[in-house]
Amino acid sequence: MDTAYLIETIIKVVVILLIFSALAGIGTYFERKILAFMQRRLGPMNVGPYGLLQVAADGVKLFTKEDIIPTNVVAPIFKIAPVITAATAFMAAAAIPFFPEFTIFGYTVHPIVADINIGILYILGMMAVGLYGPMLGGMASANKFSLLSAARTAAVFISYEVVSGLAILAPIMMVGSLSLVDFNNYQIGGISHWIVWSQPVAFILFWISAFAETGRTPFHLIANDHEIIDGFGTEYSGMRWGLFFIGEYANMFFISFVIPLIFLGGFGDGSFLGAIGLLAKVAFFFFFFLWTRAAWPDVRPDQLMWLCWKVLMPIAVINVVITGFVMMF
Amino acid sequence: MNMEAFNDRNVADNGYFLVDIEDYPTDGWGKFKRVVKRSFKGELFVGLWVVMREMIRFDIHTVQYPQEKMPIGPRYRAIHEMKRLWESDTERCIGCGLCEKICISDCIRIDTKIDENSRKEVSEYTINLGRCIFCGYCAEVCPELAITHGGEYENASDQREHFTMYEDMLTPLDVMKAGKQLEFEGFGSITPHEDERVKKTPLAY
Ligand code: SF4
Ligand code: SF4
Repeated sequence: MDTAYLIETIIKVVVILLIFSALAGIGTYFERKILAFMQRRLGPMNVGPYGLLQVAADGVKLFTKEDIIPTNVVAPIFKIAPVITAATAFMAAAAIPFFPEFTIFGYTVHPIVADINIGILYILGMMAVGLYGPMLGGMASANKFSLLSAARTAAVFISYEVVSGLAILAPIMMVGSLSLVDFNNYQIGGISHWIVWSQPVAFILFWISAFAETGRTPFHLIANDHEIIDGFGTEYSGMRWGLFFIGEYANMFFISFVIPLIFLGGFGDGSFLGAIGLLAKVAFFFFFFLWTRAAWPDVRPDQLMWLCWKVLMPIAVINVVITGFVMMF
Repeated sequence: MNMEAFNDRNVADNGYFLVDIEDYPTDGWGKFKRVVKRSFKGELFVGLWVVMREMIRFDIHTVQYPQEKMPIGPRYRAIHEMKRLWESDTERCIGCGLCEKICISDCIRIDTKIDENSRKEVSEYTINLGRCIFCGYCAEVCPELAITHGGEYENASDQREHFTMYEDMLTPLDVMKAGKQLEFEGFGSITPHEDERVKKTPLAY
């Protein structure tokens, strides 16, 4: 491994970390503003022009708050849990090609940390590991709301891993590779080549399970404020809680990258326009996360299980079988 | 503000109607049909459209509180005020003690003395705002419309027993001279145009 490659990788890692930590913060600003507008409110207005500096104020607050470890918690696990959520979210980003490759000062940059040949499997796996954050955090806390939330986390993630895995299986069969770059190149021919046209069912299923994996409304029951306080976050304070938050928002951004990359043509032929197109798609999916939060009610845990095992999973299996038959003949 | 909507209790004519809710299906086939219907009816998109429409309309209802304030009704009962007579600018309170008597949380303390003109004069008057429940009885019972409620609802105190003194409640003389004393229209005040309805006491039987 030569030094240039090492330096390039480190720079990429740092850039991704910085950009997406900042985006997680700005994401909260957008979430507040958009939710507010949809509910005919103004949202944050007082810190900076139109509340723009609210993110900075929140950051200062989170960083300077006392780090409380309550008496009855299992301290080591309680302390490590938020790190798991945030770290795995960023680790998943390693296999995501954020941009088409471009040349700068005669040096070709691939804006992907590691184009491993099991890309999508790695991303899904990493996001699944992220579930240990809420789960361990909830179980290590000494209150029943956190425990409930931990149980819900386990149930939700186990079931929706199945749906997202099966849904993604059909496109993988078509592309014949697990690398997201290959996915992108498969759809390089323009809009008519997008996988969403041949796999609309898989697209919808994957989208639905993306909501469950990021724990967003309508599947927000892991930390449902109106039922179980803040779920696993009840006993967390300061930056530990902030790490959960960054993890959640980073996850939202990354899944918003993954969906267009798999189904909607990604960055296309790699031109500048294609890169802008990818950003537009990401923005739409991120916006949709906020949009549904304003519009839809949460489902009950049992309804969620029902939806997963009795509706989505059979559809996903049928989809895989049909895809297989179509490809065979 | 039009109070009609709040005062009209006859809900039947106001466009209220019973929502037509179907019975829940009991058999499997009925449940299946319900699931299919709900899945393809597109109700979720109606929800999405509604919030989107509100966002595009941008009809914001936020009151940015410290800068903007909602008007409060005349019947609002906040910190008490002591009024002066319009004719002579002297205080209206005659020291009858009715307010002290009626106060259900015993928070008014009043003392009177006979002044040099042999008239009753209030020598001490305090309200313990820590105990006051702002029920408005004192304002209602006062025969002179002397003690009333004001509209000042932003109060803070560093102690639980915060007493307000007679002098603080009394309309300042300069306000009075400028003719800016606000008449109380809430609980216990005179109905507007009441004087037109006053009849002479019939003396001849
Ligand atoms: S408002 Fe009620 S509690 Fe307060 S001083 Fe008047 S009578 Fe007493
Ligand atoms: S404020 Fe009114 S009720 Fe109380 S003592 Fe004075 S005149 Fe009487």
